[in-house]
Amino acid sequence: MAAMAGFGVLILIALLVLSAGVAGFGLLLRARKLANLGFVLFCVGGAVLALAALAAILGSLLANGFGGLNLAVFTQDTPAPGSPGGLRNAILGSIAMCVVGMLIAVVVGVLAGTWLAEYSPRTRWTAAYGSVVRFVNDVLLSAPSILVGLFIYEALILLVIHHFSGLAGAVALALLAVPVVTRTTEDVLRLQSKQLRESGAALGAPVWITIRAILWRAASGGMITGALLAFARISGETAPLLFTALNNQFNGLNWQIQDGFGLNGPTANIPVVIFNYALSAYDDWRRLAWVGALIIAIAVLGINILVRVLSAEPKRS
Amino acid sequence: MTSVPAEPPLSGRAQSRPVSRGSTFDPIFSFLCGAAATLLLATLTGVMISLVIGGWPALAKFGVGFLTSTRWNPSPDIAGGEFYGGAGPILGTLITAFVALVLSLPIAIGVAVFLTEFCPRVLRRPIGIAVELLAGVPSIVYGMWGLFVFAPLFSQIVETPLAYWTPPPALGPGFADFWNNGVIGDLVPNGSGILAASIILAIMILPFMAATLRELFLTVPPKVRESAYGVGCTPLEVVMSVTLPYVQRSAIGAVMLGLGRALGETMAVTFIIGNAHNFPKGLFSGGSTIASTIANEFAEATTPLHTSALIALGLILFIITFAVLAIARTLLNAQRPA
Repeated sequence: MAAMAGFGVLILIALLVLSAGVAGFGLLLRARKLANLGFVLFCVGGAVLALAALAAILGSLLANGFGGLNLAVFTQDTPAPGSPGGLRNAILGSIAMCVVGMLIAVVVGVLAGTWLAEYSPRTRWTAAYGSVVRFVNDVLLSAPSILVGLFIYEALILLVIHHFSGLAGAVALALLAVPVVTRTTEDVLRLQSKQLRESGAALGAPVWITIRAILWRAASGGMITGALLAFARISGETAPLLFTALNNQFNGLNWQIQDGFGLNGPTANIPVVIFNYALSAYDDWRRLAWVGALIIAIAVLGINILVRVLSAEPKRS
Repeated sequence: MTSVPAEPPLSGRAQSRPVSRGSTFDPIFSFLCGAAATLLLATLTGVMISLVIGGWPALAKFGVGFLTSTRWNPSPDIAGGEFYGGAGPILGTLITAFVALVLSLPIAIGVAVFLTEFCPRVLRRPIGIAVELLAGVPSIVYGMWGLFVFAPLFSQIVETPLAYWTPPPALGPGFADFWNNGVIGDLVPNGSGILAASIILAIMILPFMAATLRELFLTVPPKVRESAYGVGCTPLEVVMSVTLPYVQRSAIGAVMLGLGRALGETMAVTFIIGNAHNFPKGLFSGGSTIASTIANEFAEATTPLHTSALIALGLILFIITFAVLAIARTLLNAQRPA
């Protein structure tokens, strides 16, 4: 069945190459209609191929992960090979790290975005500095996440914490989320009208209250969208956690502040569990890896769809 | 991104009397915002400095050899002692990213054109959303899919037939040589290798580039496109002589952004590239990228020098991706509506 699908894709690729050839041939002969035919076929074929890829990935996630999805996954901790178990500690650890990371990212990102939108245009010097910061933010937006992991390892784990720690993982995730939040905050704040800003000044409100009570409120929809997108991005991130949060066989979370609620130590998380279990030789571990991948994918796709639903609403009204 | 000149001064100082007690917090708030913005700058600088400091011992010890040698020997017990040469992973990074780009760029353009020109209106939004969703799937999912679904298939229907195929003598000894040493390499038909990793990368950056290109194509004013159709252009001619030239700079920026993603991608590649440190002999040999090497070895690095060598690799990756991303952003920003 899989082999047939594979051959189907091979045939599709052959057709793509063929239609590209037809287009090139047509261009060569100056046969405009022929060239166009090849081009149209190529575009349609490309879209079919992209959709087939989505279907193949989601399909195999469901086929391999759905069967293993049961209550035990959410109530039991990651097992030793051969014993029954679930992903509870990994799920809790992932949620805890993402939430802590997002708390940091929202505070820093919203403030930075606010500075870029509201304070940087005021003088020439701040505007120049603002464009540097904006550029840096854009670079960070697509910087390789594994480098952020290396940075946190060097700066936080080696110098400050001295051991692998879920908190360090959360900070690494925060660094990946901040650029997204900053960018969307700046963009939506710039969309707000000048009159809104003037209305605050007319009431005699200080600038920061104008920003907090008027601008942030008016822009809240877009800012929430940005935060959700950032959350979706970091919840599947693996590379920066490999040598910051590491992994933990047990659920270390607790309610003790001095222990960082259990994050102050190696912390289990779904992406690293998937990585370790998928590369292991044990069938039950591999099954759990598929379940974990399915959970992550559902979470990320769910957030993305939620964002679309949320941001589509104002257009309708 | 319009810069708003001459903002009305909003500061409470303009008033004759402070109406609200809160205005004392104004400078603190503006300082906090500025500090947060500076934190972004500090992060990038911090990444760079920490990579330079961490990688310095290895770079100082091996010098240029770190860039040119393919010997990667973390064990002090083997003859020659510890030695780290990063040429294999560096080349692997460049090759996989480049092949991935070559494979996915034409299709990404095709998808973007399909969505803006040919797609029935009813399907436009769902397919557009599907492509964007594909761009949001976490890379570890691509990696797992590559390892468990793609690799066996690739081995079965591509690698195994190729391994048994010998080029017919009619094509000459030159072709046979090229085929055996350049294309096949030391092919082990297990579904992993440079090409397999490139294909997974291509699948991963395809939706990302397609979504970005589609956004760009939509910025072309309909009037311009319609007038081209009006003088009798075929869709191919409209795309080639109107749409693409119109978005040229930003389109190159979008492609570079995709390249930057492919260069730094870790999880999707680590599962499937085969993890060999030497120069890849051909597209089907095993190889490694900088990111996959770091992901595999960092947590288990045996000696300080090993860690340092991995961080030095990270520094090289940082320099490459920073250059690519900087060019990408400059090109993209140049065409932002001013």
